[in-house]
Amino acid sequence: MTVNPVLPDSEQPTEFRFTPEYEARARAIIAKYPPGREQSALIPVLDLAQRQHENWLPRVAMDYVADFLDVPRIRVYEVASFYTMFNLAPVGRHFVQVCTTTPCWLCGSDEVLRALKDKAGATVGHPSDDGAFSVVEVECLGACVNAPMVQINDDYYEDLDYDRMCALIDALKRGEKPPAGSVIGRHGSQAQKGPTTMLDQAPDWVRSGPPSGSSR
Amino acid sequence: MLRDEDRIFTNLYGWHDWRLAGARQRGVWDNTKALIARGRDAIIDEIKESGLRGRGGAGFPTGLKWSFMPRTPKPERPHYLVINADESEPGTCKDRDILRFDPHRLIEGALVSGFAMAANACYIYIRGEFYNEASNIQVAIDEAYEAGLVGKNAAGTGWDFDIYLHRGAGAYICGEETALLESLEGKKGMPRNKPPFPAGAGLWGMPTTVNNVETIACVPEILRRGASWFDGIGRPKNTGTKIFCISGHVNQPCNVEEELGIPLRELLDKHAGGVRGGWDNLLAVVPGGSSTPAIPRSICEDVLMDFDALRSAKSALGTAGVIVMDKSTDIIYAVTRFAKFYMHESCGQCTPCREGSGWLYRVLKRMVKGKANVEEIDLLLEVTKQIEGHTICALGDAAAWPVQGLIQFFRPEMEARIKAYRDQAHRMAAE
Repeated sequence: MTVNPVLPDSEQPTEFRFTPEYEARARAIIAKYPPGREQSALIPVLDLAQRQHENWLPRVAMDYVADFLDVPRIRVYEVASFYTMFNLAPVGRHFVQVCTTTPCWLCGSDEVLRALKDKAGATVGHPSDDGAFSVVEVECLGACVNAPMVQINDDYYEDLDYDRMCALIDALKRGEKPPAGSVIGRHGSQAQKGPTTMLDQAPDWVRSGPPSGSSR
Repeated sequence: MLRDEDRIFTNLYGWHDWRLAGARQRGVWDNTKALIARGRDAIIDEIKESGLRGRGGAGFPTGLKWSFMPRTPKPERPHYLVINADESEPGTCKDRDILRFDPHRLIEGALVSGFAMAANACYIYIRGEFYNEASNIQVAIDEAYEAGLVGKNAAGTGWDFDIYLHRGAGAYICGEETALLESLEGKKGMPRNKPPFPAGAGLWGMPTTVNNVETIACVPEILRRGASWFDGIGRPKNTGTKIFCISGHVNQPCNVEEELGIPLRELLDKHAGGVRGGWDNLLAVVPGGSSTPAIPRSICEDVLMDFDALRSAKSALGTAGVIVMDKSTDIIYAVTRFAKFYMHESCGQCTPCREGSGWLYRVLKRMVKGKANVEEIDLLLEVTKQIEGHTICALGDAAAWPVQGLIQFFRPEMEARIKAYRDQAHRMAAE
């Protein structure tokens, strides 16, 4: 069982409200549920608030969402502390979640963690000095066939090792946005040396080897 | 080996266009109206005859599950179909490929399955981390609305069907169907006591069926090709095709759709390039995601990959997330890491699971170093039995099984580790 760590009261910001754009998005989410079931929108609307607020949720944003959905504040606090994707304290601009569950560990997730320490200067619980990177160890992200992998903000980066993780950090430091997916150009979850099925349906570029760049 | 013409997931690797035009070329949304015109009972009967069992881990017969829904919906008690896309079982990444590369197959399946259980609305609950996958699904839903395939008079069938995407926010437990429903209601994902079962009182207390992504995505193809086609693949009571996720120490990790009952060794050799360092270098395989006990090489030699064969081998097919470990693996650590996972993911509601999962992890962490007494292995086993079956949901069982598997199959390794630590301690004391 885990409970997300919370920023002390003295460091909490005092103001939050949705911008008109985010408010419109929140209203569109609420419309997905039958009348009287607004609380169902809580998790997606909290996610919106977090997106608007540099990827973390201050207390005031939780209170705002509680009022917005007409849900008791305690219900919002318990949801925000239960689900691991809600950050209740500030995180780095590049929020790196490293999967270290057994399938990723078998394929070298320890080396990925080492690369983040060496290159980004961030370890689990200790963000880099410039605040650009924060690293958390997470449980299975569901990309085991492309292990080891990390999630940076919304994107998965897969088929990593020490050097590839270092190269990814270098690219982020240069202000680039590396294409998401397999960093070795593997397409989805097919075997790297080429598929073993549906060969006659494979596009030419599949038969001629992996493409460069994104897997998406 | 499964023939290419029997494959359902023809865009498993994302080679082709995943949007509506591309999906139509692959046969998705082909005369869906005719499938629905057969009527509710005929659809449910066909799915029952096909032998389709749920692809989310438990393997419950899908048609039977649907038949638990009330025959006729009351206006004040609408029916709901909820699709479980909270794929989080370590070793499993199959639904992700359907969500991102074949979303229309899922949406078509939702319409047909929803109709069969008299649901006018469907929620797809996707794990929050799958942001890009959710984005593809949303695009596909929007396309389906625009083309009149869902919404009022969906696909010209006369059936109104709305479909909504709901993103979670990181909690393995929400893959448990009643925790998922709690989460969908905007609460902590804590499983509900059963009964009542969701078919009686599910989402917002209404009759609800929760099905896995792969299960729902199979449905239209089964109806198009007939129950006997699906039933002809695999073995009796273990029919049809299945996406296997092969990860860990193989030369070519991959996802592949194969027939149920394929021998494990053939699966690894044909599709995953074989075990790293050759078959003799194999230590153990976790056949169906982290909850299923690892089986040693001696069993891997000839075990078949389906529900009943793996159960006979004292493991389970689970989600078919095949995690391969070669001889370089510290099997005690590998299972300890699973124990850490369950400790982290326990929702905290039931004492045996909340306290027990952490206890298992702490004792195992010592055992990785060998810092334990041999008698503690039996104590560990005893505690897993105290957790198993004593919790509201199966997470407690899932935390217990891998540890039981470790003790059952790898007890000599655990004892040797303890002895080595002892010997070293004695040597140091003597020096």
